[in-house]
Amino acid sequence: MDEEWANLLEDRYDFLAPRNSRDCVAFDCPTDYLLELCKSLRDKEGCDLLMDVTAVDWGENATPRFSTLYHFFSLARKTYLRIACDCQDDLQPSMPSVSKLYPAADWHEREVFDMFGIHFIGHPNLKRILMWDDYPHFPLRKDFPLAGIETEFPAADVAEDTGVSVQAAPMMGGPFVAPAEGHVSKSEPRGKDQSWTEECDKPR
Amino acid sequence: MSRIEEVSIGDAASRSAAADETKPDRMALNVGPSHPTTHGVLRLIMELDGDVITKCDPVIGYLHRGDEKIAENMTYNQFVTFTDRLDYISPLANNVAYALAVESLADIEIPERCQAIRALVCELARLSSHMLGLGVYAMDAGAWTPFFYAFTEREKLYTLFEELTGARFTTSYTRIGGVVRDVPDGWLGRVSKFCDDLPNTLRDFDKLLTRNRIFLERTEGIGVISREDALAYGLTGPNLRASGVDFDLRKDRPYCGYEKYDFEVPIGTTGDCYDRYLVRMEEVRQSVHIVRQIVDSFPDGLWYSEEAKKIFPPPKDKILTSMEELIQNFMIVTEGPQMPEGEVYFEAENPKGALGFFLVSKGGGVPYRLKIRAPSFCNLSILEKMLPGHMLTDVTVILGSLDFVMGECDR
Repeated sequence: MDEEWANLLEDRYDFLAPRNSRDCVAFDCPTDYLLELCKSLRDKEGCDLLMDVTAVDWGENATPRFSTLYHFFSLARKTYLRIACDCQDDLQPSMPSVSKLYPAADWHEREVFDMFGIHFIGHPNLKRILMWDDYPHFPLRKDFPLAGIETEFPAADVAEDTGVSVQAAPMMGGPFVAPAEGHVSKSEPRGKDQSWTEECDKPR
Repeated sequence: MSRIEEVSIGDAASRSAAADETKPDRMALNVGPSHPTTHGVLRLIMELDGDVITKCDPVIGYLHRGDEKIAENMTYNQFVTFTDRLDYISPLANNVAYALAVESLADIEIPERCQAIRALVCELARLSSHMLGLGVYAMDAGAWTPFFYAFTEREKLYTLFEELTGARFTTSYTRIGGVVRDVPDGWLGRVSKFCDDLPNTLRDFDKLLTRNRIFLERTEGIGVISREDALAYGLTGPNLRASGVDFDLRKDRPYCGYEKYDFEVPIGTTGDCYDRYLVRMEEVRQSVHIVRQIVDSFPDGLWYSEEAKKIFPPPKDKILTSMEELIQNFMIVTEGPQMPEGEVYFEAENPKGALGFFLVSKGGGVPYRLKIRAPSFCNLSILEKMLPGHMLTDVTVILGSLDFVMGECDR
């Protein structure tokens, strides 16, 4: 059933390229065709629900560095569809927004912007959703340390009076992960983020 | 009428009110983040014309703990404890959903007994969540008594959870490839007894609320979500079904052997607050029905998968007596359960809606990326569209009827 649908979609939309997947039907879609594809998925292919929009950071040195992934659900076929889109620019990543087609994408895209710094072009209200408005970093990028980075306190008046700032979290005590490679003496479980040991300074 | 700048506290509220240029005859009102009707730390910035809401801007993120970042830095089993703290009203259902997501990555076959245990705890979690949801919903509408009836039942459930998992609240019951321990002796009998008692409480609920004039007038025709809107905003669970969409993952994509059990999926017609109440009430009855069937047909066997050698730790007695098992246990604890490369997306029908996990693995014991698709997050995104046009007093009832949890929304 899933394969039949995958073949059908591949025939109808020749810009789609099959994507490795362990579960549902999955395709890579070029960024330019994303809006066109989403419109057809909603109106012609019966993908009623946009379940999830998320992104993956493939690492600081990877190109393309960011991909956004969309999960659709078809009520008629009772199955999922995964569409992946690579962001063209690694330094200023952007994507067309699908929130006009699927209002569900509104908050999801805000979250992706908040966590990865991917700009969604055409989004009506693209501002941070989980972090506070003036937060300067993108926490789910791979170069962001688990402990966090010291930043200004969100309320300027309070910060001025008290001199407080948002501190990086002390990582003593976990989480514990043993690295799979390296000398055995180094492979004991230890706090993965080494920011607070004697060997490493606290992150800026 | 003179211009009212703001009725609110704090710098942030005044900034957001000023930015929106409140019209002279409108009032900006801030509710939350700490307010009894917001069930956690949801904040609503509203613009009012008299008693009528003209604009609503929900602000979330006050409970953001960065679970997804944390997940990238720990092994698959370590993250189970974090799933307790998503929808903390039904931790057992989150544990199961997470375990199933990781198992779908590794293609592990789960024995029947383990599946039955998992389906059973999922349904008990649903009962626990709906009893709380209905209880506080009634309280939001001004009826205090049902809340205490519901909490009496939840107390019994918590006792059952404690006997099974060792904890009342943060259960952390599943592991990748199985569950922590088998059901204790006599526990199934006590579950059965609970199922015999619960219908009495439901009858009381019915008498107190279902035909209660005040409750009806507070909920009927209020907070109507059309079928189209519900789908467009990605609502799931009882909120979507109340709008007339027949979507239940237990039926549509059965997991944990749900296809073996006979139950019905209640569907609403108008999608108002009263429909959401009725759908939850019926789901409680159906859950009791499912629990009875599971208890009656409880299979024998193991509560973990024996084939999952590098994933599920061997039994304790073997670890202490056999070299191979000792090494295996050490590797699983230190490096984590070994997973193949790949991407999977798995959703389970949780009490609040479809809880999804998207996993990207590059092999090894730590996920490369884990995304949590929280039903409460999606269910709340409709507030912006839904609240304008309603009276301020309806906000409590609408929030109560949506039955959300901020721990899950903010992750």
